[in-house]
Amino acid sequence: MGQRRPHRTTTRGLALLATGAMLLTGAACTSQKAASSGGDSGGKIKIGLVTKTDSNPYFVELRESAKAEADKSGAELIALAGKFDGDNDGQVAALENLVQQGVKAILVTPSNSTGILGAIKQARDKGILVIALDTRTDPESAVDATLATDNTEAGRLEGQYVKAALGDRPPAVIMLDGTPGGTVDQQRHDGFLQGIGLAEGAPQILGAEPTNGDQNKAQQAMENLLQRNSSVNAVYNINEPAARGGQAALQARGLTDGVVVGAIDGGCQGVRDVQAGKYAVTVMQFPKKMAEQGVQAGVEFARTGKKLSGFVNTGAVVITDKPVPGVDSKDTAWGLQNCWG
Amino acid sequence: MTREPVLAARKLVKRYGKVTAIDGADFDLLPGEVLAVVGDNGAGKSSLIKALSGALVPDSGQILVDGNPVRFHGPLDARRAGIETVYQDLALAPAQDIASNLFLGRERRRPGLLGRVFRMLDSGGMRAEAERVLGDLGVRVKSMQQPVETLSGGQRQGVAVARAAAFGTRVVIMDEPTAALGVAEAARVLDLIGRIRDRGLPVVLISHNMPHVFEIADRIHVHRLGKRVALVSPRERTMNEVVGLITGALRMGENGQLEEVSTVARTGLTTRP
Amino acid sequence: MATKALNRTSVAEFVLRTPAVGPALALLVAIVAFALTTDTFLRLDNLSLVVQQSLVVGTLALGQTLVILTAGIDLANAATAVLGTLLMAKLVLTGAPAPLALLTGLVVAAGIGAATGGIVTSLRLPPFIVTLGTLTIVTAVSRIYADGQSFPVTDGLLGFLGTRQYLFGQVEVTVGMGVALAMFLVLWYALTRTAWGKHVYAVGNDPEAARLSGIHVRRTVLSVYLVAGIVYGIAAWQALGRVPNADPNAFQTGNLDSITAVVLGGTSLFGGRGSVLGTLVGALIVSVLRSGLTQAGIDSLYQDVATGVLVILAVAVDRFSRRRQR
Repeated sequence: MGQRRPHRTTTRGLALLATGAMLLTGAACTSQKAASSGGDSGGKIKIGLVTKTDSNPYFVELRESAKAEADKSGAELIALAGKFDGDNDGQVAALENLVQQGVKAILVTPSNSTGILGAIKQARDKGILVIALDTRTDPESAVDATLATDNTEAGRLEGQYVKAALGDRPPAVIMLDGTPGGTVDQQRHDGFLQGIGLAEGAPQILGAEPTNGDQNKAQQAMENLLQRNSSVNAVYNINEPAARGGQAALQARGLTDGVVVGAIDGGCQGVRDVQAGKYAVTVMQFPKKMAEQGVQAGVEFARTGKKLSGFVNTGAVVITDKPVPGVDSKDTAWGLQNCWG
Repeated sequence: MTREPVLAARKLVKRYGKVTAIDGADFDLLPGEVLAVVGDNGAGKSSLIKALSGALVPDSGQILVDGNPVRFHGPLDARRAGIETVYQDLALAPAQDIASNLFLGRERRRPGLLGRVFRMLDSGGMRAEAERVLGDLGVRVKSMQQPVETLSGGQRQGVAVARAAAFGTRVVIMDEPTAALGVAEAARVLDLIGRIRDRGLPVVLISHNMPHVFEIADRIHVHRLGKRVALVSPRERTMNEVVGLITGALRMGENGQLEEVSTVARTGLTTRP
Repeated sequence: MATKALNRTSVAEFVLRTPAVGPALALLVAIVAFALTTDTFLRLDNLSLVVQQSLVVGTLALGQTLVILTAGIDLANAATAVLGTLLMAKLVLTGAPAPLALLTGLVVAAGIGAATGGIVTSLRLPPFIVTLGTLTIVTAVSRIYADGQSFPVTDGLLGFLGTRQYLFGQVEVTVGMGVALAMFLVLWYALTRTAWGKHVYAVGNDPEAARLSGIHVRRTVLSVYLVAGIVYGIAAWQALGRVPNADPNAFQTGNLDSITAVVLGGTSLFGGRGSVLGTLVGALIVSVLRSGLTQAGIDSLYQDVATGVLVILAVAVDRFSRRRQR
């Protein structure tokens, strides 16, 4: 008794699992066909893109711009990403898999400036053009070229604007930083301090907290910092989500008047925030340019063997409706035409 | 009663707060007998059995093994004294095979370096031994490598009983071994109990099933309100009389005669202030 | 004796006793499918990469398997390994000899395991809650210790597991693969050929039955968390071999990834059934899917969809077969 049952169970289970696997791989086949149906995939130039994550709208813009550009020039773009900011392991695996697939060029936004250098080197050794987008590697010579915002410059612009807007008032600054250890985060932070003319650890800095660029964390950080000292008149934000969170905390305490809040990014939501007066300024960067120029460089390399090299600054523009003397800026109308996301 | 009991208890008491689970109970198991312990739900049978198998430490009273007082602090102490218990839920690991279950908690290692240094189990030896034990007891299964969960209820009971019989040197205690079984399987388990007795190993059988008790038991210990109220022979008493003793409708008189108790109707629960 | 017994048991029972068969079949199907749909997947260097890509999560999953076999779960395994990488790399950068740094990482990881096991057994709290707590604590400690920085690996010993060698001039193998294989063999032996292993399964299967059978349940569970901690320490070493950079933000989803591998490998989250062989296969399935779908030109989000579907399928199969068993 009971000897038949387990047999049936296990075969049923195995069948289920096997069917599942076949379904999945079947899906893989059809998608592959779909991807190559536009033309002969054998002749298509393949270009890989590895972003930090695929959830952040900034990287989504990067990916979609790259896709559009690739379509325009008849290339195929394979977009991969880490699972979270700091997923070096995931990025390394993505790079390796792209190399296996025979891409001609890889555009990568490294999570960490040193973490994935080994995999980049392996790709370049195989003759693949590797371009860093948005984030520099350390050393910069680890990649063929870098297409990025000069983040120190972006931070400096934010700082200069805040300083000018404060006028004669002595600064009392709260800094909502990004991720501890992040390259971009550090560059923007340092740039801001240069722009506003303060040294690291100066008494005018009331406090600095990491927010991971997350709205909720920024809100909490601001709330806690205000508990400690509410005489703030200037806020540095690593990006626009952080600015939104910080702004919410300021508003809850009735502190928005007379506080100059600055941000960096130039997402459309951010520009609208500036237009609505939620914060004074944002420094726009241009992921679309990075993606387009990166794909173009990849196609160019595949066709002619010519390599893009060095650092290409894709620019940073101050967006505000309250221009201050000494800082070049564009208004939000221009911003909305050129924003991303 | 001229023979010395293998396992005995004198005036055991166990209280949980205001509830008295064991109320000065006596217990005697003679060599080579099957002793059935019967009683209503809540009469305190299982507390008594737990005390005898070391799963419960009594507040006062004595447990005697071969006439010598002992104190059990846990099931392992009772096992070391040669008392094996087949629990109602069998205490088997369903996903593991029969041989593993038979030796669960007392696995045998390979002799020599492999066993001493690499702690390698003597799987072959244990399988062979399991096959022998089950064969001797007439428990039929396909293979010693069959996971226990693929066995029928009766076969599982057989494995649990075989484990107790293989390691028990003095006493095997079985808690409701036939409760979950069909007629044919229950009969096979009763046969098994008989075979264990035939090897000279006394068995304590806790059961609700009067026909089973009367079929296999040599003596019947009737438990009521936390203590032994009668010790009778199934050859001298009828089932109805034993049921009367269990419910309290009958009482064992001073002279060993049964008396009717008509005045007070009692429940099996003992709650003392 | 063993062969005789094998002959007498049916194929069905063999499958039931060897839960890795189903996952292995799924792995095979996936490999065949990718071999047919892409020209690059079956190349030797790609296969080698697939293995390399599964090493860290695979190692984490080996430790996770032990814990899950006792019907527990370890949410803090990746965090423990990350702290291990930070200790190893930072200590070397601050001048400690590499063997000492490596040992410190391993000992701390083992210590975290032992502490977790101690809390689980002595306070009788659910492992999910306890490791949720240790996850938070260990992550915070990592961030405090790293102080906003990541640490490049400069020493040969710390990066040793990433050392590449070429077999037959073709097949790329790393020392890490050898270490993973050795670890798997040791754990397989301990689980299937020693009393400890039998006790681990029994405790996960039915702790009360195990106690009544005379098994020291707490001691067994404690030892499992301790061993798992050591395995996580080795995972830290593997991680440095793979990416020579200790980053406090790394492996944030390593705990879930390892659970994914364990579940795909056919080990039951209810405890008491499963195998380290299955886990190895499960870890490979994840990498094979990722690599194969990339090569087939599928974006990473769809790859996650595929993995998620497989996980649900695997648990459903486990649940389904258990229900039918009763």
